[in-house]
Amino acid sequence: MEKKLDIKKFASNNAIIILIALLAIGTGITSKNFFTINNFKNLVLNVSPRFIIACGVSGCLITKGTDLSAGRAVGFGACLAAMMLQAADYAAKMLPWLPEIPWPVALIVTMLIMGAFGAINGVVISVLKVPPFIATLGMQTIIYGLCSLITNNQPMGGFKKTYLSVASGSLGPIPFLMIFALIIGCYFWFLYNKTRHGKYMYAIGGNESAAQVAGVNVKGTLIRIYVLAGMMYGLAGFLVGAKAGGASTATGQGYELEAIAACTIGGVSANGGVGKISGILIGVMVFEILKICLQFLGVDPAYTYIAQGLVIIVAVALDLRKYLAKK
Amino acid sequence: MSEYRLEMRNVVKAFPGVLALNQAQLKLRPGTVHALMGENGAGKSTLMKCMFGIYHMDEGEVIYEGNKVEIKGPLDALNRGIAMVHQELQPIPERSIGENIFVGRYPTKKVGPVTLVDHDKMYEDAAKVLKEVHLNYDPKAKLGSLSVSQMQLVEIAKAVSADCRVLILDEPTSSLTAAEVEALFAIIDELRAKGVSIVYISHKMDEILRISDEVTIMRDGQYIGTWEAKELTTDRIITLMVGRELSNLYPKRENVPGEVVFEVKDFTSINPRSFRNVTFDVRKGEILGVAGLVGAQRTELMEGLFGLRAHTKGTITYKGKTLNISQPKNAIDNKIAMLTEDRRATGILGVLSVADNVSIASLNQYLIGNFMLDDAKIEKLVQDNVAKLSIKTPSSKTQIQSLSGGNQQKVLISRWLANDPDVFIMDEPTRGIDVGAKYEIYCIIAEMARQGKSIIMISSEMGELIGMSDRIMVMCDGRVTGFIDGKEANQENIMALATQFEK
Repeated sequence: MEKKLDIKKFASNNAIIILIALLAIGTGITSKNFFTINNFKNLVLNVSPRFIIACGVSGCLITKGTDLSAGRAVGFGACLAAMMLQAADYAAKMLPWLPEIPWPVALIVTMLIMGAFGAINGVVISVLKVPPFIATLGMQTIIYGLCSLITNNQPMGGFKKTYLSVASGSLGPIPFLMIFALIIGCYFWFLYNKTRHGKYMYAIGGNESAAQVAGVNVKGTLIRIYVLAGMMYGLAGFLVGAKAGGASTATGQGYELEAIAACTIGGVSANGGVGKISGILIGVMVFEILKICLQFLGVDPAYTYIAQGLVIIVAVALDLRKYLAKK
Repeated sequence: MSEYRLEMRNVVKAFPGVLALNQAQLKLRPGTVHALMGENGAGKSTLMKCMFGIYHMDEGEVIYEGNKVEIKGPLDALNRGIAMVHQELQPIPERSIGENIFVGRYPTKKVGPVTLVDHDKMYEDAAKVLKEVHLNYDPKAKLGSLSVSQMQLVEIAKAVSADCRVLILDEPTSSLTAAEVEALFAIIDELRAKGVSIVYISHKMDEILRISDEVTIMRDGQYIGTWEAKELTTDRIITLMVGRELSNLYPKRENVPGEVVFEVKDFTSINPRSFRNVTFDVRKGEILGVAGLVGAQRTELMEGLFGLRAHTKGTITYKGKTLNISQPKNAIDNKIAMLTEDRRATGILGVLSVADNVSIASLNQYLIGNFMLDDAKIEKLVQDNVAKLSIKTPSSKTQIQSLSGGNQQKVLISRWLANDPDVFIMDEPTRGIDVGAKYEIYCIIAEMARQGKSIIMISSEMGELIGMSDRIMVMCDGRVTGFIDGKEANQENIMALATQFEK
């Protein structure tokens, strides 16, 4: 009796993951090239930058906030990196006067600039008390406008080989992109589980007033969370640009929703205070598998959007149901 | 017609992991006030929520006016003439008083094919209802312009307006002043005379014995019995509720107040209606009780001392050193701790583990290399406290919200003890805690005082103040109106100071 109940509970808590796993198995049976090394590699390459974005946004979600500027920030990061890393002999170089910059320097500069945008988000949310939804929605539009300005709305290409190889290269069988994601994943796991910052973050998400009474530096912690999120968007943008071999103002569009959906599927609660890195990884993979499956099944991209939107809503609804049931 | 207006028989209700109601019952006579008593968690509110249709019972039946009925939900209950005033208010402060009274059942009118809310009728009816319960408020005023206790009275007006035959009052006086309690009792008397059956849930013994005709006592979800209120005494009720004799309500205290260590001078809020010119001191190893009516600004004063509220002038010193406190962190750094009044809102981190809840205020002590936390050290801290304060929890990883109120409070006390505070401010430390756990909390407080900590304890329970304090500071309307030695304190001299309003 009790065991049966547990299975039911497990099923309802992981409904989306189970459904999509079934979908993947179904797709694998009906399509020839689904369970292949190539497709798996494709999955890993797609998951890596999205996992980094999801890690960034997870801190905002755990503290009952959100970050709708994530997608545009990724795009802006990609454009910044692109401007710094176009090949010297490329005819349509955006900044012809720019000297040769090694890619790690460009990466750091990109992350710092995006971190600054995150800092603005953090201050607006924690000091000016603007609701995160509104604050980051505004920031989304601001970043898009700035991105259009500095790029003159021109797509950029002609990247240096060293930059492109960041995405295409691999260490033995492990793609560089995956290594980036692994490092970030480990860093976030450590940050969330083993540091004061992590404990403060969960405390703020669990009950902000109580955290303040307990002496938690609420403002400082929130600002740090949004700065870190911004830096992750910068890193992800850098990687996305390298992977695509080009960047434009359209890069990263909609990524914020994918990241938020992945976090929610992975158990980051919209009620705050709950969320694990392992869950986020599963969430990102599940969401990416859904997209690949629909591609393999030859579903019109328009329907893919509809499916993704539904998954996001259902994921949050299921999550909130857990808390309703407790009442 | 049966003898009873409403009967609940053999009610069973289970929640995951708990049997909240086990063969509970209640028999309500027309035109009586029926007190429902029991410790927290005894199932009183759950039983009432079953009656009001918020919960569906797993087993049992409801006989209402002679017929077996099934109450499908709150709206169904209201239509049948059963109304409930909840323990926690659900006001809509930005809307008018009238709208709050009629929310969900606005009077309507037809204008051609469109149905509109009939505002004129609504405000007219609202005025009538308010008059019925002797409230002199403008029904068009925003609800938010009233005080919490006034809102509570409006909530009662709302229940009365449903023209009910059964009225459930779940701890209606918890935020009312003495005068408002009198007003409420007058309303209850009128309703009783009209034949309404009233279920009255409260922890305040004197109220129960005064207002009720019959008393039903519950324990652990079970029905213990029903008595005429006349037959009962406070001691008898407590014994029946707890199920055992409590020989001593308060532990013997062995603390010896020493020299004055904590001094507050001329402390004044930035809000002119809040605390002002407050001067007091606390000795080492002393328990200073703080008495006052609701609205005396006791909580606000303590929150001011702890840096949660701003002050314009005044000084705080500890052992002669002036403390600058503008946020809780400053207070904590100066070894001041504060247990807040509303455990759920500003105390526990509900979804976090017991370990996280214990360690959150003292994380700096467990850092390795200023960055990484020492999990083993935190676990040891938790285990030490679990043993020392006998906290009942399945493990240190259990979510704190699944513990009982008393155990949650002990976890919060451990949180502060981890910082080894010199001054411990406790705002209603036993509110919402059952009688057995209360005694344990008293023992902890007495032990802290014995160890030389200075305790400042706000309480609205006279017995607790008199039984636990070395000295009692009384406040009224933002001012300190006097101090009474613990041995000489009694209900009368405390109330005299607590009602010393400025002319």
